[in-house]
Amino acid sequence: MNAFKKLLGIALGAALVFGMLQGAASAQIKIGIAGPITGPYAKFGEQLTRGGTAAAEAINKAGGIMGKKIEIVPGDDACDPKQARAVANKMVNDGVYAVAGHFCSSSTIPASEVYDEANILQITPASTNPMVTDRGLPAVFRVCGRDDQQGDVAGDYITKHFKGKKVAVIHDKDTYGQGLADATKSRLNKNGMKEVLYEGVTRGDKDFNSLVTKMKGLGVGVIYFGGLHTEAGLIARQSWEQGLKAVFISGDGIVTDEFPNIAGPATEGVLMSFGADPRNLPQAASAVKAFRAAGYEPEAYTLYAYTAIQVIADALKANNLSKDGRKLAAYLKAHSFDTVMGKKEFDGKGDLKVSDYVMYRWTKGKDGKFNYAEIEM
Amino acid sequence: MYILLQQLVNGLILGSIYGLIAIGYTMVYGIIGMINFAHGEIYMISAYLFAIFLALAIMFGVHSLPVALLITLVFTVIITGLYGFVVERVAYRPLRGSSRLAPLISAIGMSLVLQNYVQIAQGARDQALPPLYTGVFRFGSAEEFVQITHIQLIIILVTVVSMVALNLLINHTSLGRACRATQQDRTMANLLGINTDRVISLVFVIGAAMASVAGMLITFNFGSFNYFIGFVAGIKAFTAAVLGGIGSIPGAMLGGIILGLSESMFAGLVNTDYKDVFAFALLVSVLVFRPTGILGRPEVEKI
Repeated sequence: MNAFKKLLGIALGAALVFGMLQGAASAQIKIGIAGPITGPYAKFGEQLTRGGTAAAEAINKAGGIMGKKIEIVPGDDACDPKQARAVANKMVNDGVYAVAGHFCSSSTIPASEVYDEANILQITPASTNPMVTDRGLPAVFRVCGRDDQQGDVAGDYITKHFKGKKVAVIHDKDTYGQGLADATKSRLNKNGMKEVLYEGVTRGDKDFNSLVTKMKGLGVGVIYFGGLHTEAGLIARQSWEQGLKAVFISGDGIVTDEFPNIAGPATEGVLMSFGADPRNLPQAASAVKAFRAAGYEPEAYTLYAYTAIQVIADALKANNLSKDGRKLAAYLKAHSFDTVMGKKEFDGKGDLKVSDYVMYRWTKGKDGKFNYAEIEM
Repeated sequence: MYILLQQLVNGLILGSIYGLIAIGYTMVYGIIGMINFAHGEIYMISAYLFAIFLALAIMFGVHSLPVALLITLVFTVIITGLYGFVVERVAYRPLRGSSRLAPLISAIGMSLVLQNYVQIAQGARDQALPPLYTGVFRFGSAEEFVQITHIQLIIILVTVVSMVALNLLINHTSLGRACRATQQDRTMANLLGINTDRVISLVFVIGAAMASVAGMLITFNFGSFNYFIGFVAGIKAFTAAVLGGIGSIPGAMLGGIILGLSESMFAGLVNTDYKDVFAFALLVSVLVFRPTGILGRPEVEKI
């Protein structure tokens, strides 16, 4: 018994030492990806995780950053501001070099305060609310557009194509949704069109029939919705069920194949604003092929997350793996980056210098499934 | 005019939905004096079961929709009833003798367990059913009409029929007499030979069956569901039950209708942003003047 105990002790001790050595030897570059991995918007979180992880794998296969491999640290904020703060704190404590995240603007903004205090670089692939970069934090960037740009494109489209119709502007009372609706509303008003209805619905509600009936009574011909696909799909579907003949227009919050699932036949003819589809760019060809070979369609924000990781990796390589957020930020603002979404340059606030929002229409394809395609402005 | 009528119809439909789920809350409170917070989750589980069994039925070659729905109804009600029975045995029966607070906390815990179980087993995203049946009644001209879809009409009818049937059950059958006896004095009922354990289990199963019917109809009507609908629906239905007088089955229906109408009319006439504020303010004001709800019976202390 004694000899056995001794042997066990030696074995455990060896395992412990071995484990510690292992830990010390790997010294990987941790990069965080934060988004709604669980919750109603998990589909978008999946786009971010898959896109970012694929980029890290591709970079690791090509030798990593200065010989070291990237290790992706995922963080789940469920699109909730309180959880986003907790995720940000955990990322900082884990010792990440930079973070690609978050997704919802209402999460990115509180998280950015944590990252700024810890001087960690943050690039959001998808948060479009103007406040993300407007507050002047030095190391907050985005590789997507801004809602004021998105609102301008949508507002101009409505003014051009639906001049005489009555417009209802609806939002989901959240930072992103209301911000986008407000941006479109101000553009509409500037162009001389006044909306007949401006209201907010509650996220999580299922029954919007009273709202639809009210819009019917007002003779609404265009519904502009700022929010995500869960509520958008239900409003579109209930409008269709009640026979309200109005065009449903939304923004990048409905860019997912979940939207036609929820909206059903009401999806036909729905319009939305989104960046020019990166899947068609020649620079993205090999990445897109790799995704499709693995059985995943890199829709919406997948390639945006890929781009964010690429930019982070380039900046780390050029700055000798420095974790200093402000130093990396200065590098980002002074250089251009070759990514799967083409050449990207950042302005002094952290936004992209060139942003390209276009309008898309959802239609049913020959295979019976709904898909979106770009349309003329 | 038509728009106002349509808003009234919307309110009635919404109210029936709340009432159908509220019946489960009120029955359980009526018999053992505790709020079954897991009832909303039973409703959510039945929504998932409905979608799963419907998909299975169609996959196994049942082409006629009414037959598929019937098979799905049978299976969903049975399995949901089983869930209700198990929840009662696991979470409430062991705590029968303890303080009022213990089963309440256990109920909240059970509700969280069920939510997370479904979230992990089925994923967190919204699931959706395509619109399988779109029959609708429209009254009026082609331009101005009041409409109610067939499914929505069925929801209202089922709620009314359930209320009448359950009232008949409680007031005119021997099982109902056993329920009322258990409600009035459990110890005495036991001494008189009523198996109160069995009666309580039966009430939970009936409550779960009502929730499953609600889950089926509502999922069929709206098309989308996720693991969180139980919480949202539970809050509203519980409010409806309290408003109408908790413990009273007609009260559940009345509370549901009032809540649904006030939400719809406020959203239609004022704005959608604050409709929940209005609905809950209404609840508070009713409770201030009638603490036991509209049709509630004040608790009489028997000396």
